[in-house]
Amino acid sequence: MIFRRKLAALLVLLGLLTAAFFPAIISGAYDIKAGQVFSIIWAKAKGQSEPKGASRADQVIVWRIRLPRVILAVAAGMALSVAGVAYQGCFRNPLVEPYILGVSAGASCGASLAIVFPNHFPGTQITAFVFALMAVMISYGLARNRGQISPVALVLSGVIVGALFSAVVGVMKYLAADTQLREITFWMMGGLYYATWADARLAAAVIGPAFLLIWYFGWHLNVLSLGDEEARGLGLNPTQIRLLLVAVATLAASVCVSICGIIAWVGLMAPHAARFVFGPDNRWVAPGAAILGAVYLLVCDTVARTLTAAEIPLGIITSILGAPYLLWLLRRKGGEIYGQ
Amino acid sequence: MANDLVSPVLVGADLPSPSPSASELGVDQGPAYGQDPAFAHDPAGHRDGVGERALMKVREVRFSYGTKEVLKGVSLEVKPGCLQGLLGPNGSGKTTLFKCCLGFLKPKSGLIEMDGVSIGSLGTRRLAAKVAYVPQEHYPSFPFTVSEMVEMGRFPRRGRLPILSRRDREAVAGALARVGLEKLAGDSYVRLSGGQRRLVLVARALAQEAEIMFLDEPTSSLDFANQLVVWETVRSIAAEGLGVVICCHDPNHILWFCDEVAALKGGRILAQGKVGQTMGRDLLEELYGRSIGVEKVSGRTFIYP
Repeated sequence: MIFRRKLAALLVLLGLLTAAFFPAIISGAYDIKAGQVFSIIWAKAKGQSEPKGASRADQVIVWRIRLPRVILAVAAGMALSVAGVAYQGCFRNPLVEPYILGVSAGASCGASLAIVFPNHFPGTQITAFVFALMAVMISYGLARNRGQISPVALVLSGVIVGALFSAVVGVMKYLAADTQLREITFWMMGGLYYATWADARLAAAVIGPAFLLIWYFGWHLNVLSLGDEEARGLGLNPTQIRLLLVAVATLAASVCVSICGIIAWVGLMAPHAARFVFGPDNRWVAPGAAILGAVYLLVCDTVARTLTAAEIPLGIITSILGAPYLLWLLRRKGGEIYGQ
Repeated sequence: MANDLVSPVLVGADLPSPSPSASELGVDQGPAYGQDPAFAHDPAGHRDGVGERALMKVREVRFSYGTKEVLKGVSLEVKPGCLQGLLGPNGSGKTTLFKCCLGFLKPKSGLIEMDGVSIGSLGTRRLAAKVAYVPQEHYPSFPFTVSEMVEMGRFPRRGRLPILSRRDREAVAGALARVGLEKLAGDSYVRLSGGQRRLVLVARALAQEAEIMFLDEPTSSLDFANQLVVWETVRSIAAEGLGVVICCHDPNHILWFCDEVAALKGGRILAQGKVGQTMGRDLLEELYGRSIGVEKVSGRTFIYP
């Protein structure tokens, strides 16, 4: 019975995601009728390069600008949420977010280096990605003590590595010319302004499998969250599975951050919201958080690009909406969810 | 109850000389203790003649943290149907011995084997299907329900997909019924009382369907009635043929509920054997380094300061 109820909740969330898709694709700064939007998508999806009855501008806006952006929003929401689920389980701490091991600081560092020294680095996106992975690897390396890695040491070294990389970002900001400074600031606030099909494909290719893998290991994550010794007692080698899950979550989060910049709060909020619906079982929290995160980011991005004439950075919207929600959730429902 | 008062038997006055009999295991157990008349009969009804085949054999295990040697050649046997208490002061190496037996720590030397195979070569998952662990009081970071907690006992027997089979669900339901908590299956584990939480952990170990169960101080911080419930549950589990080893700080509990005892001090086994023949005032005084009284009241033996 509980299973049926949870399954129904998951289906409702999927419906919600579908419902959020329509306003996201229809609305925008440039007014295109809903029917026109769908006929363009339908025709393009069937492989027609030049659908009849649609202006060139409409086609470009719907197919080349809005659709990849919507896909990217969904992928990024899934990536951050499911990475949050994996990190929280691995570190046995419901307040951990995907940036805890230095993903965001590393990516910011890489992005700012690439912006300030464009001739020395291969491009903002790839540099941000490489630096994000590098930061996490350094955190992991520092936390290693006699072959063992304790979650506390890992979180601590993540904070330290994050501080180091942030310091480099500070240096870059100091050195940057005015336009570069503006670019760095915008990059760090996060947004999907430049979404292309290449970005969407890359994100889907990495984030899809990462999500499935973390979902598949949801039960492992439950056992792991009890602590290393208990996990061993239940037949799970905690070191291996933690390395695998952290690696997968980091990869997904790094791809997402390198494409979209730093989008705050989703990775912390979506897992909590999912736990509110499904309870703590990660076999349900993983898909629930992924869908909730996707819906949330899709809605926030739609708001970001339609609320005012100029676009608002996505990271600002997610924080403004997210922080009060999390506060409400913890104050009103914290007792139920966390048993205090 | 007042009429039941019998004149206390003073023990220790006529202790027989320690018997020099070699250990059944053929290993050095230190001086033999006991044969205290106060323990000759025990109303708890310690079972004799439990199976001779040992489920787990621990031989001359040594372990050190850095340069500090914590286990200095410990040998032990876990027998089916036997409830074995592990007694010893703080820092005597009980927990370390537990962790070695459960595969959490790798002994520096010596051997721990099951069915003639070293547990080090079994792998975490196969070992967990044979040896279950009931940890001390803990508070998980996430508020799993009681049934979710017990389901995790099926983890070592999982299939390729993280889905419970009918067999798994039956084992979970059976284990919950066994400890009398089937009505709480949907409740949050962290909201239960301390005694109920211990029983959930015992149920999880039962769902594991292992041959041996190790319990780390299962009654610490429980009230008197809950301590009795946990002990009675554990006794009945041993009666069904599991080998049960309990780390315990109350020598009275070992006297009342255990079949056998192993006393550990300074990383060595001081004495081991049947409770009635091993637990005596001299052993306890040696263990804890202070004078201890032992008396028999209403047919039961009590240890007091």
